[in-house]
Amino acid sequence: MAPTLEERTTRDQIRRNWWLSLPALAILTVAAIGPLLVVLVYSFLTPGEYGNVEWKFSTEGWTSVFVTKDIFDETWKLADAHMTIFWRSVKLSLITTGLTLLVGFPTAWFIATREPRAKALWLFLITIPFWTNLLIRTFAINQIIRTEGLLNTGLLKLGIISTPLQITYTDTAVLIGMVYVYLPLMVLPLFASIDRFDMRLLEAGYDLYASRAQVLRRVILPLVKPGIVAGSILVFIPCLGAYVTPRILGGGKLMMIGNFIELQFGQGRNWPLGAAISILLLIIVSIALVFYVRAINGENRDA
Amino acid sequence: MKRLLLATSLLAASTGFAAAEGELFLYNWGNYTSPDVVKKFEEKYGVKVTITDFDSNDTALAKVEAGASGFDLVVPSAGFVKVYADKGLIQELDLSKLPNHKNIAPEWMNVEWDQGRKWSIPYQWGSTGVSVNTKDYGGDINTSAIFLDPPAELQGKINVIPEMGDVMALATMYYGGKVCDDSPEVMKKVRDGLLAAKPKWMSMDYSTVEKMGNHDYAATVDWNGSAMRARLKNPDVAYGYPKEGYGLWMDNVVLLKDAKNVENAYLFMDFIMDPENAAGLSAFARYANGIAGSDAFMPEDMKTAPEIVTPAEFKDKGHFVTTCTGKALEYQTAIWTELQK
Repeated sequence: MAPTLEERTTRDQIRRNWWLSLPALAILTVAAIGPLLVVLVYSFLTPGEYGNVEWKFSTEGWTSVFVTKDIFDETWKLADAHMTIFWRSVKLSLITTGLTLLVGFPTAWFIATREPRAKALWLFLITIPFWTNLLIRTFAINQIIRTEGLLNTGLLKLGIISTPLQITYTDTAVLIGMVYVYLPLMVLPLFASIDRFDMRLLEAGYDLYASRAQVLRRVILPLVKPGIVAGSILVFIPCLGAYVTPRILGGGKLMMIGNFIELQFGQGRNWPLGAAISILLLIIVSIALVFYVRAINGENRDA
Repeated sequence: MKRLLLATSLLAASTGFAAAEGELFLYNWGNYTSPDVVKKFEEKYGVKVTITDFDSNDTALAKVEAGASGFDLVVPSAGFVKVYADKGLIQELDLSKLPNHKNIAPEWMNVEWDQGRKWSIPYQWGSTGVSVNTKDYGGDINTSAIFLDPPAELQGKINVIPEMGDVMALATMYYGGKVCDDSPEVMKKVRDGLLAAKPKWMSMDYSTVEKMGNHDYAATVDWNGSAMRARLKNPDVAYGYPKEGYGLWMDNVVLLKDAKNVENAYLFMDFIMDPENAAGLSAFARYANGIAGSDAFMPEDMKTAPEIVTPAEFKDKGHFVTTCTGKALEYQTAIWTELQK
């Protein structure tokens, strides 16, 4: 039996959709997987004397991520410098994620519980910083917290402190900068899930003699968990690769992974090591994403 | 009819331009090419100059090596000229097209990286030493102890530029070695010294002009031109030439093998070896230029500047910071990583 007109249209539609998405798929393959393959291949080559690589297979790029020969007594030991740098990046990203969650949750709750018009205004205010370049925002923060900056001058004038606080070039400065930069990425997904939250559940909780803490823990948190997870991932991942903020506010005294990779491709002239660390960073990010997907899936199963 | 006429005249005009107008693509360090000198060149020869910035020798080399960069002239530092030549990226200069070649100062003619200046011409040169705010510290500033063994007054207020080669050279010379030293004894002292000094530093940052000028730092490892710019903002800033040895560097113009605008490139190279134009480059970047006779055209404030005119007693303490390779580079990268871990 010949297919009905409707069936034919659907089939054509599907085929057309497929053809139409082909350019996007091609671009994805070439632009996302291609460069990654290059990075992967480079991580298994020998560093050239003046940068670049020699086409000679070597696993040294990878082994030197984890173990290094002591430059003086030639003994092998764990590459503690690399581990310290990795751990610093992960630690700083985790703290930033925690702090943005602490600040972001009440903010998102506040916005979600306003009336619709006010809500739109508050959301708009949250997105305003995105209009300005990251570099400029970071320098602006620097202007506020530097020794002769706005904050110190203000506190001195008010007589709260007698000597300027040294905030720039400390981990505190980096944290202030990162929390400021990534806060909107936490607030927006949190808002999205709190906004869907049915406030009648709160009353139901109280009616059943739950304390405020219990309502928060047993009712609110489980329901807004997807928002928390999404926000945390959105903050954690870019934090790991942060380069500009630690460089400007941290004074560049302590490296993060991003700065370390840059060193290998620049003055260090060890592209294979840089490539290997880039891949490793990618693996860490993928693991974080797997947790995310599992958390979300778990959520769906419960529902 | 009117439209046809317009089209024809436009066409004529555009072909006319194509014949008279040439182009030149210059690949240079950022904030380093005097706009006035470029404008003067463009007006004199009717050549449009396009400048692209780079921020490190390694970046520039990688880009040129990748091929089809589209640049005609590049300005690498001393040690890199030989690398470009060895890799076959640049062409030997036809000196008959460079009448001003004779203006190169004698001491910059037979340099270690280019005997007889057959491959490169001088652009700017300078030194790497230390800058100190004399209000904070009144002692001897002509020493690398400023950042390696800092006096109490400066501790916690010192910046070190995040430039591995320059800092390593200063530290190696301070501990009795030479630039690109590969002896384990010396490098061990360098490592221990740097690691012990680091807690007394405040930051490792590039923006020395602004931060010395604003008094955010009390002292910094610095380039002489930056030190001068900082002093013009803040008269308390002074530049020191470490007597244990300080770094020297020179940037040079080279002509790429795949340059498309070779004639214009020669015109430009010859143009900036004219003493007046060389002085123009210096007036902008605040470094010396290596062209004899340019002193007469230098801005007044540079003729006597202690940052630019090296005091006689320190003249032989400067050493060229070449690009280290092999074991020496391995040491440097490992120590540098250790230092910033």
